[in-house]
Amino acid sequence: MPLEIYLNVAIGGVLTGLVYGLMALGLSVIFGVVRVVNFAHGEMMTIAMYIAVTLFSAFHLDPLVMLVPIAAVLFVFGYALQKALINPFITRPEHSQFLLLVAVAIIMVNVLLILFGPDAQNVQTSYSYDSFQIGPVIVDATKAYAGLAAIVVAVMLFAFFQYTHIGTAIRACADSYTGALVVGLDVKHLYALTFGLGAACVGAAGVMLVLIVDVTPPLGPAYTLLAFVIVITGGLGSMPGALIGGVLIGLTEAMAGLLFTPSAKSMFAFGILVLVLLFRPQGIMGKRSAS
Amino acid sequence: MTALLSVDNISKRFRGLLAVDKLSFEVPQGQIFAVIGPNGAGKTTLFNMIAGVFAPNSGGITFAGERIDGLSPDKICRRGIGRTFQIVRPFPALTVEDNVIVGALLHCQGVDDARVHALDVLRRLDLYDKRTQRASGLTLPDRKRLEVARALATDPKLLLLDEVMAGLRPTETDRMVSILQELNRDTGLTILLIEHVMRAVMALAAQILVLHHGAAIAEGAPEQVVRDPAVIHSYLGAEDI
Amino acid sequence: MIGRLIDGVPARGLILLGLLMVAALVAPLFASDYILTVLILIFYFAYIGQAWNIMMGFAGQLSLGHALYVGLGAYTAASLYVHFGIGPWLGLLVAVPIAVAAGAFIGFLAFRFRVGGVYFAILTIAVAEFARVGFDHLSWTAGSSGLFLPVKQYATNDLWSLRGRPVMFYYLLLAATALAFVGCRALLKSRMGYFWLAIREDEEAARSAGIDTFRYKMIAVMISAGMTSFAGVVYAFYYNNLFPEQVFHISRSIEMILAPIVGGIGTLFGPVLGAFLLTGMAETLTGTLAALGVDIPGAKQVFYGICLLAVIVALPDGVWPWVARRLGLTERNK
Repeated sequence: MPLEIYLNVAIGGVLTGLVYGLMALGLSVIFGVVRVVNFAHGEMMTIAMYIAVTLFSAFHLDPLVMLVPIAAVLFVFGYALQKALINPFITRPEHSQFLLLVAVAIIMVNVLLILFGPDAQNVQTSYSYDSFQIGPVIVDATKAYAGLAAIVVAVMLFAFFQYTHIGTAIRACADSYTGALVVGLDVKHLYALTFGLGAACVGAAGVMLVLIVDVTPPLGPAYTLLAFVIVITGGLGSMPGALIGGVLIGLTEAMAGLLFTPSAKSMFAFGILVLVLLFRPQGIMGKRSAS
Repeated sequence: MTALLSVDNISKRFRGLLAVDKLSFEVPQGQIFAVIGPNGAGKTTLFNMIAGVFAPNSGGITFAGERIDGLSPDKICRRGIGRTFQIVRPFPALTVEDNVIVGALLHCQGVDDARVHALDVLRRLDLYDKRTQRASGLTLPDRKRLEVARALATDPKLLLLDEVMAGLRPTETDRMVSILQELNRDTGLTILLIEHVMRAVMALAAQILVLHHGAAIAEGAPEQVVRDPAVIHSYLGAEDI
Repeated sequence: MIGRLIDGVPARGLILLGLLMVAALVAPLFASDYILTVLILIFYFAYIGQAWNIMMGFAGQLSLGHALYVGLGAYTAASLYVHFGIGPWLGLLVAVPIAVAAGAFIGFLAFRFRVGGVYFAILTIAVAEFARVGFDHLSWTAGSSGLFLPVKQYATNDLWSLRGRPVMFYYLLLAATALAFVGCRALLKSRMGYFWLAIREDEEAARSAGIDTFRYKMIAVMISAGMTSFAGVVYAFYYNNLFPEQVFHISRSIEMILAPIVGGIGTLFGPVLGAFLLTGMAETLTGTLAALGVDIPGAKQVFYGICLLAVIVALPDGVWPWVARRLGLTERNK
């Protein structure tokens, strides 16, 4: 095989990986602040994907145009979910939270199944088959747009946490629950905001991903798992780690698909996870604990 | 008197902060030895090094003639050092009795033997009547005593007590003091305690070490230490004794 | 020994347990074929729930990948049978060590670095998923096209080679569940049981009480994995077909742990009660929807999810502790 093919696949993998990274970023933000592992993460993403597909097939609205509105819908959804269901579970043991979110995930997957059926659906935009040629390298337009959009959203999120008042307050909550309560922050509200932001991230990622892959209801659990793998690889709680982990996993999957067989690609992602846990258990960008 | 525990020139650094700085002291067999000092003096860090939570960056700790620095907490406990935590950590969902049985099982192979031993310890610490209660439902003084009971049940040669008096009322403090005195007298147990409550320290300790910024600024008999100008200046200050 | 096992259990608890056992023993005389298959499913989940509970309920280690051990057990025994004609009980001698080794591998990876809680749970999922994709590409076990055991109509029940009618599997799983129940109680009342509970409650405090937590966590994972693989062997010979996509799938892992969680984590009756409730609920839903003429894929699972949600919100410790309080069955300390 000529070298260009490897390069093309690698670039495609990196771009897809950026979208994975954005999805994982949502999970990481939620865990980092609320300390709840969102076992319905991939399911929330499929909801966004179906919204995008429906808007496209009904009104021919381009997913990238609808990115912000759909992310906003997911934000509201995430906010409500945290306020209504998850907040009372904050102090409960991990397995209890897990079960709650699994129940939520089961409901989500099957409501989608009832509404949209089991068949794969996709979006055929005018640029679905376009590509850019840069020297010898050919890049799919959809992946390029998706990857760029992922970077933009991620940068906005970084900026939000770094430079806004609310972002700072949320980081304070993440550092110390009690401390935040003591200085009079409305922790429950901030938690719900964070969950909403995480949901918006994964929603945005879903909208981008719908350009690249077909959506079916069972895609949810698979992406929940992928998000976990990425977050642990990158370092739980580290925002750049989530993006780097996403790129690494995206690249690995793409290369494994090319060199071996596409159906075995997720095995390599899990292989990376095991290697990370073996040699750098805190993740690529994670910090070692104090002791 | 031979030293049961000897700490030799140990240091511990957390990133930039030097928490314990070239500290040396010895605890003789059968003595009650107290470590005092202001918050942040490195007392708990010292404790955690003896108990194996982390290893010193330099220096050595010898217990009963063997080096123990760098061993894991469970190994250190099996060598004969029992500890309590500053913020109490009983096993919340277990009963008082079961909490202590866990400790007793270190040396008892059978659960029945362990129970007999555990009940003995509970009687000593006035917890016998509460043995069927869940640990999560206990009051703070009871939980503190439960911590001591669990540590004692492991039959330690040395008991490390991290602020067991904090948060107790004076009568409760006096009760704890007399329990510890009885233990020391009856079983010859060596006790190393970190304590802020000077009333308890003065009643219990045969020897006091004063830590400040990770280093010893005074060591000696209680009456002597409390009159030391450096101690009064850096720690005791306005606190009345 | 027996005296020790029933130590502290209220008399009416023992009577109730005896009555349940008798009811379970005579049930096949009255049950229709359909009810029998449901009961088989219930005891299958009750048994696995019991095995999972050793890890989570006793030692506090959340495994979300128990399908791995079922799958390894099922695939080992089935391929030995298909390729070499080796029967299930001999196959078990190979299957259990393989599952135990897999558990030990995961445990070693996680516990050596004190990878706890969420990380550990995700590692268990990842290894199970790794196995799923791996078996999809393993030609010796027929990959994704599925491994099939030869089947014919059986007039007699051959327990040695596990070829027979459903009623045989019913009694086998009933016996396994009963044994697991008794075994778990014995473990819980043992020295190791106390150490597990201590680790579950507060690992650091457990270490400072002299417990080698690495060792006891490893033992918990290995026992749980080995026990679970037996269920896999039975699964293979009961269903006679194995697909990696089904056997190792994460939804299988989740299905397995719902019963003990809903029933009550760390309790002995929890896994059994939970299996009855959940399987019963699922089958009732199927029946009701069929009677109403509703034929929408997913509708059943939505109701199932809602019921699950209701149970978790209303009874955070699970159903059994609540029932036990109601019936006055809480264990007394002497």
